[in-house]
Amino acid sequence: MVELDPEIILNHEYVPKHEILKEKEVEKLLKKYKLESKMQLPKILASDPVVKAIGAKKGDVLKITRKSITAGEAIYYRVVI
Amino acid sequence: MAGVEKKIGSIEFRLLSPEIIRKLSQIRVVTPDTYDEDGYPIEGGLMDLHMGVIDPGLRCKTCGGNIATCPGHFGHIELVRPVVHIAYVKLIYTLLKATCRKCGRLLLSPEEIEKYKEIVTGEKELDEDTALEIIEKTKKAGICPHCNAKQEEISLVKPTSFYEGDQRLFPTEIRRRLELIPDDDLRLLGINPEKARPEWAILTVLPVPPVQTRPSITLETGERSEDDLTHKLVDILRINQRLRDNIAAGAPQLIIEDLWDLLQYHVTTYFNNEVSGIPPARHRSGRPLKTLAQRLKGKEGRFRYYLSGKRVNFSARTVISPDPYISINEVGVPLDIAKILTVPEKVTEWNIEKLKEFVKRTEYPRALYIIRPDGRRKMVTDNNREMILEELDVGYTVERQLMDGDIVIFNRQPSLHRISMICHLVKVLPGKTFRLHPNVCKPYNADFDGDEMNLHVPQTEEAQAEAFHLMLVQKQIISPRYGAPIIFPDQDYITAAYLMTHKDVTFPKHIATKILAKAGVYELPKPDRRINGEPRWSGKILFSTLLPKGLSLEYTAKTCIGKDKCEHFKKKGKCEGCPIDAWVKIENGKLISGVIDKVSLQGILLDTIFRKYGSTAAREFLDRAGKMFLEALMHIGFTASLDDTDIPEEAKKEIAEVIKRAEKEVDELIRQYYSGELERMPGKTLEDTLEDKIMAILGRARNEAGDVAAKYLNPLNHYLIMTRAGSRGSMLNLTQMSACVGQQAVRGKRILRGYKHKTLPHFKEGDIGARARGFVVSSFRDGLDPIEYFFHAMGGREGLVDKGIRTAKSGYMQRRLINALQDFVVRWDGTVRDSTDTIVQFVYGEDGADPMKCYGDNPVKLKEFLLLEQKEYEELPEEGEEELVEVVGEEGGEYE
Repeated sequence: MVELDPEIILNHEYVPKHEILKEKEVEKLLKKYKLESKMQLPKILASDPVVKAIGAKKGDVLKITRKSITAGEAIYYRVVI
Repeated sequence: MAGVEKKIGSIEFRLLSPEIIRKLSQIRVVTPDTYDEDGYPIEGGLMDLHMGVIDPGLRCKTCGGNIATCPGHFGHIELVRPVVHIAYVKLIYTLLKATCRKCGRLLLSPEEIEKYKEIVTGEKELDEDTALEIIEKTKKAGICPHCNAKQEEISLVKPTSFYEGDQRLFPTEIRRRLELIPDDDLRLLGINPEKARPEWAILTVLPVPPVQTRPSITLETGERSEDDLTHKLVDILRINQRLRDNIAAGAPQLIIEDLWDLLQYHVTTYFNNEVSGIPPARHRSGRPLKTLAQRLKGKEGRFRYYLSGKRVNFSARTVISPDPYISINEVGVPLDIAKILTVPEKVTEWNIEKLKEFVKRTEYPRALYIIRPDGRRKMVTDNNREMILEELDVGYTVERQLMDGDIVIFNRQPSLHRISMICHLVKVLPGKTFRLHPNVCKPYNADFDGDEMNLHVPQTEEAQAEAFHLMLVQKQIISPRYGAPIIFPDQDYITAAYLMTHKDVTFPKHIATKILAKAGVYELPKPDRRINGEPRWSGKILFSTLLPKGLSLEYTAKTCIGKDKCEHFKKKGKCEGCPIDAWVKIENGKLISGVIDKVSLQGILLDTIFRKYGSTAAREFLDRAGKMFLEALMHIGFTASLDDTDIPEEAKKEIAEVIKRAEKEVDELIRQYYSGELERMPGKTLEDTLEDKIMAILGRARNEAGDVAAKYLNPLNHYLIMTRAGSRGSMLNLTQMSACVGQQAVRGKRILRGYKHKTLPHFKEGDIGARARGFVVSSFRDGLDPIEYFFHAMGGREGLVDKGIRTAKSGYMQRRLINALQDFVVRWDGTVRDSTDTIVQFVYGEDGADPMKCYGDNPVKLKEFLLLEQKEYEELPEEGEEELVEVVGEEGGEYE
């Protein structure tokens, strides 16, 4: 498969903002949603182009800020597997 | 349930070897006959008494049991020549291709075999992928790596014949080859040789199932009719015998092969009568036989019908019919049904007297059964009534007949959404149909053209309470899908409301009192009009008696023509004093101005009553308004007839003019198209451009024709009244009836199918004018000419076909969606999670809004409608969900 330039991927209109959460933020997130482990979060493959583009590693939690029809902006978290 | 709990550890499937088949068998079946002249089973026949008994009075020759005790025993048929088992054709084919034709070894080099053996015997068990990989590798070998024999191409001619090159491989040869394959090689292919030697897939002995599996039925005439399986076994035995005789007589090879094939056919159809490539075996009547596979397969097969099929007690089903005089909360239940369905009531010291009364009674509301504290049921009969009365005590349960006010769940299939099942209260009525309030048709999508519905009686207090508090009709008035009413008055109710609350409509005292009494209002308001000195009551004041005190609303009715078009609004800058009475103003529960129509009754008014005054007030409003409107309509009188579609001659002329002009425009466009003057629109071909323009012109022509018709129609025309009030029909329907039906289309295009370059023989080739492509000039009132009629039928047919396909497609799509989403739950913290607590959505719907609780044009008022606000849920107590109170109030009020 052709590897796309990260610049192109991240600046594409249909790719929402992805950020890697810091350790502390992850802990807070898990506590907030009363989760026992990160695996209870929605998942994203390490081979996903965006994950590669922002250099996230397995076990990282991504914060995704998406446009939403109903709420304007929606925040979503996914763990890299 | 009491009993021993047993768990299935494992299930094993294996092939029956000929030896096992013979061992299982109690008798070898040889004769194709079943019974002798006396009706006694023939020894060695298909109904042999060794295989069990189905006739009363006879004893099983194997176990000595009778019909009740003999479980049935297998027999067997020795096949003269082996045949292929249809279910294992694929396996046989694979094995023949993967092994050497001479030595039977796997077509892999010894090294490779060793390598795979290590994998298989090691930690990792053989998986499907590895087995497939091995099979794939054997395909490459042209020469056997073990004995150097040249391999030939094996082909399968469906369903059961094998060829090697041009040479037919008979089951005997196939069996010989399969026997050669060593056990160790089979293991590499995922076959356990102890449990399933491949040669067992070639049948030499056929098991005959017990007679209980294929019972014969005795007809009234005394004639015996055998089961399909028995018929098939008779065929097999006959051919088997003929084959044996021919072989013994030394018949030519060709004849033997033909009979052999015939035997193969019968054995194949015995297992499965729907094998592709061969004609199904048929009964004398022409009906295909139902053989083994057919017994198991499909919706009516053993699995889906008997093993996973569900049946329900305490339920009833019958035709529904309308009853506008019962409450929307109620369902009319026929007395005959109420006498059969029961409700269990536990005996306590507070109700024992009441329940004893039921036991005492011999007529309708009586007790049918009692249940003792130990769980034993007893039917109440005339003989034991006194005894039961004596012993009835606290701790017993009495099952009494269904009565008025009982809680039931009513349902109509297809149950596509949650409001396909609603809780109703029983009202026992004479007759044989369920009675349903017409306003509650919408959620069920029911009508009364023969629809049937189901009724279920919850049997525990919990179930009853849950149904009542969560599913009651009045709590379902607002749709959970879009937050607007779904249970509301429609059709004649709307017409009635419109006519009744119209500006100048007044009623004399004797009628006003009747209307009010029907609605359950027994206080006559002060008359607000006077005609010739007589006091009169306006429809508005009568309607106001139904409105809750304190209700104030202002909005525009459906009759409003829109602020940008309204002369009155332009002049005054406000709606007050609307000349067409489309400005609805309700002040403190009194209708001051405006007409009540669809917008009020199916929208804002009903919605507001529900949210501000609760579901009970909304139900009362619907019940009483319905009765009031019907009574008023009967006094006003309303009908729509053919005369209402009449338009005057001038109007017809004007319409003809409009259409003539449009046709001329079309002709002009066509001329431009041929002369090349027509300009192509971007992204379209020239032809499409022309079509689009023609469609636009003709569409406009029809609308203009409709406008002309409307202009000449009496404003009190009944069709016009119905469209205006929103009760039924549209301006388009009216146009088609009295002015012009308009362009017919198939697949969104003008009609262009038919003959070469023309749609019908009546046109010239290449005619692409309006009429030649399905423009219907006539109105339904005047009638369509044959050509128009045909085009109209074409367009109509497309609609029908589409509807069928759409429902089937979307139904299956929805089913898959429901299966995928069924156990997702919205938790108290607003997240959507699956059964493993994994988050699917962090906030339900991304905005956390519950559509059922959104009001009017404000779909999301975040502050009020979030299931739970961020702050609040952070303060949640650990666990203990019971203690939480729903943040959004149940019946409105607190969130206006």
